[in-house]
Amino acid sequence: MKYLALIYTAANAGPAYGTPEFGEFMKGYEAATQHYRTDKVLIAGEGLKPTSTATTVRVRNGKTETMDGPFAETKETLGGFYLLDCTNLDEAIKYAAMIPSAQFGCVEVRPVMEY
Amino acid sequence: MEPSPQASTKTINSFVRREWGRLLSSLIGNLRDFQLAEDCLQEALESALIHWQRSGLPRSPAGWLLQTARRKAIDRLRRNKNFERKSAEYAALIEMEQEAPEPPEDHSIPDERLRLIFTCCHPALEEKSRIALTLPTLGGLTTREIARAFLDKEDAMAQRLVRAKQKIAAAGIPCIVPDAEALPERLASVLGVLYLIFNEGYAATSGDSLIRRSLCEEAIRLAHILHTLRPGEPEIMGLLALMLLHDSRSSARSDTDGNMIALEYQDRRL
Repeated sequence: MKYLALIYTAANAGPAYGTPEFGEFMKGYEAATQHYRTDKVLIAGEGLKPTSTATTVRVRNGKTETMDGPFAETKETLGGFYLLDCTNLDEAIKYAAMIPSAQFGCVEVRPVMEY
Repeated sequence: MEPSPQASTKTINSFVRREWGRLLSSLIGNLRDFQLAEDCLQEALESALIHWQRSGLPRSPAGWLLQTARRKAIDRLRRNKNFERKSAEYAALIEMEQEAPEPPEDHSIPDERLRLIFTCCHPALEEKSRIALTLPTLGGLTTREIARAFLDKEDAMAQRLVRAKQKIAAAGIPCIVPDAEALPERLASVLGVLYLIFNEGYAATSGDSLIRRSLCEEAIRLAHILHTLRPGEPEIMGLLALMLLHDSRSSARSDTDGNMIALEYQDRRL
């Protein structure tokens, strides 16, 4: 089964860019990604630029409307994702727990719909 | 009771109550589908009630039920729209049917209830749903009884059950005993559910009596099953002992009208 692990964090949570902790944090991501590769579960994984760079698009009456900013203003925002191919939820949870951001933010694990 | 070739509904009921969890877990193992397994076992039970009341219990009642349920599953899978996805399970069922045309002996049916308990008490399910799933699945109480015990409307409780089973299937919650690494945490979830069931029975928040013996008994019964399946696990033994100790005082804790009696006035001989 495919699972999407959605990584949510608050803007100022976690180590700040440029500190030694941030280096450790990024190494944690490299290690997790490598682990997924070795276990052959990784389909895709990306980090996202901050929500200040987001544009929300709607089409109403055939007209495209754009808005500056994310779809919903929330404290914790989507910062990245992994798409993993696991045998079951237990495995998906195990891999999700390796994501460094889970230490201060949270990871939502969602099964991917099969058609 | 006079001997008769027919099996009374009572005999059948107590047999089913005892064997339900074992049969269901075995069937889930074959089908890898909670809802399908439950539906098929239910259907098998319906035909059992007709056959057994007419001609008495078969030699291996559990084996009879399991085989009938498997055949119902074969039927259902054949009719199923998304047959493709279940073709592996279907093939395995057909093979089982060909290898053993006779119902299996009761004692040869493996006991997979431990896996089922871990599925029902999976931390990815809401706590109340874990209780709602565990109680009927492992043999004990009906949805109505559970709804009454936990102050829920019967249809709300039924809804909760449906949603929980859908989540098990859709999110891919496995029917397995977790590995050693995850076991302590997951066992805590299971024991938590059992203790909640016991607590609700010990000091009922609803109903006309202070103590609901059936819930206490059910919690103790399930803890006994856990203990049998995983002997020597200190956490399980501890919870079982605690519940047995509390339960031993239950007949002294309320008077004939169901009112609570304070500790100092309790009859120590009971």
